[in-house]
Amino acid sequence: MSQTPSVKLGTGDAPLARPPSRKFSWDWLGLAPFFLFAIAFLLLPSASIVINSFKSPEGAFTFQNIIDVVARKDLRSAYQASLSISVITALGGGLFGFLLAYAVTLGGLPKRLRSYMLTFSGVASNFSGVPLAFAFIATIGNTGLITRAIEGISGVDIHQQGFTIYSIWGLSIVYMYFQFPLMVLIMAPALDGLRREWKEACENLGATSWQYWRYVALPILMPSLLGTMILLFGNAFGAYATAYAFAGSFINLVTIVIGGQIQGDVLFNPGLGNALALGMVVIMGLCMTGYSWLQRRAARWTR
Amino acid sequence: MRKSNIWAWIILIVGILYFFVPLVATLDFSLRAEKDVYPSFEAFRTVFSDPEFYKNFSSSLGWSVLTIICSTLLIVPTTYWVHYRLPNWRPAVEFVTLMPFVVPAVVLTFGLIRLYCCDPLPLISSPILLVAGYMVLSFPYMFRAVDTGLRAIDVRTLTEAAQSLGAGWGTVLFRVIFPNLRVAILSGVFLTFAIVIGEFTFASLLNWPAFGPYMEYLGATRAYEPAALALISFLLTWGSTMLIQYIGRGRGVETQVAGTR
Repeated sequence: MSQTPSVKLGTGDAPLARPPSRKFSWDWLGLAPFFLFAIAFLLLPSASIVINSFKSPEGAFTFQNIIDVVARKDLRSAYQASLSISVITALGGGLFGFLLAYAVTLGGLPKRLRSYMLTFSGVASNFSGVPLAFAFIATIGNTGLITRAIEGISGVDIHQQGFTIYSIWGLSIVYMYFQFPLMVLIMAPALDGLRREWKEACENLGATSWQYWRYVALPILMPSLLGTMILLFGNAFGAYATAYAFAGSFINLVTIVIGGQIQGDVLFNPGLGNALALGMVVIMGLCMTGYSWLQRRAARWTR
Repeated sequence: MRKSNIWAWIILIVGILYFFVPLVATLDFSLRAEKDVYPSFEAFRTVFSDPEFYKNFSSSLGWSVLTIICSTLLIVPTTYWVHYRLPNWRPAVEFVTLMPFVVPAVVLTFGLIRLYCCDPLPLISSPILLVAGYMVLSFPYMFRAVDTGLRAIDVRTLTEAAQSLGAGWGTVLFRVIFPNLRVAILSGVFLTFAIVIGEFTFASLLNWPAFGPYMEYLGATRAYEPAALALISFLLTWGSTMLIQYIGRGRGVETQVAGTR
């Protein structure tokens, strides 16, 4: 490779084809408003949570808040409740949503049902919060339609014998209403992405349908399956409005405790609320890291 | 009928029941407000004659309009700039727009209150925090919608054509880019509307009048009116989703995935 002879500006006859490269570009200014907003209303509040988690009520540095969150029984049980409801609805919603997505894409149902189902799912996955809680109180609450129907048919009042729907299981039923439709919305396109050639190639090689699913289809779908289930987990973990309107303070979820801490210092230690919030951010952050990693893996097959 | 087909039908029917039974139950419940009359529209009558309903609903309408305007004005130029000049910054911008998935609303409210409660920046008494929180909630949809929209048009050619005709940046943005992104922006707008109109967490914890806290208040004090409100709210969600599908028909608008509430 021959080196280009250096040209001194203004000495040649012809002007340079390309002006000398700019030393500094002001292009970044175009993104400044967006990032300033992000710093003011996302980064700084998050940073304040992190910093205050390690502050004692007197303002000194301490690990006591973090230790308390792990050691105090009420706070630990709040995390347990939040985590279990998230795992239950992520697994349940994920499994049922996957089956439903399979039924409307590859299940051999009339084509029309597929678009109806996707529309329903779009609506249901966005129907959450206070009104969703009300809908389920009218369904499985003390005088709900299903409660009365069960009592009418079998004579059993499901709310007697100390059973209460305002528990982790009851709330799981409510969360499922937006969880499985979300799975359908994401899995239906993924199932469409399974190429017919793969199935045909398997059949030509003498594979059974089970072998096709076990060794070809499921491994391909696994990243999007797991990724979406992580999304469902986070979706349930951070929910506040639905739980608050459905069960109020009957269920001691982390989000409910943080909400109580905002409305009035229920833990009698501001630092403790920060540590609780920090735990949520850490768990959600891990979720999103796992999710984006799985997303990249899933994208391999959809080029 | 094949065997697998029967299973598909069973699963589909279970799914449809899960979707419709709560709605039917809510409708049924909302029609029982009077003792011996069924159906009775008393609950709806009470709700629609309550001045608080209109007050809180119009507050929420106001918040959603504010959020939509601010969010559009922030996201569209930013995303446009990323497409036109700074494609390397795309992951960073996308990361920020996905933050509501990492920081739940209740945690963000907590951080905002603690940070802006007192000096040097006591923003707590102004609605800035509420609108900012709603904007954060709207980012994932807005960014995704606008990003998809920009990918479908030739940003560079449009910009340079406009500039060679003497257009400044304002003209390029508002008379070239915005009109070309109509559909994308509208689908982001309706989704933002659907989220903000019934939002509870931010409004309740920051103490602003809004439809979400009003619904919750009625739920704690009344029996049948909440069911009526739930139905009204469902119709709003359904209406916005339908509008998004209608304006995005045949354009392959991606399915939108919501954050936590």
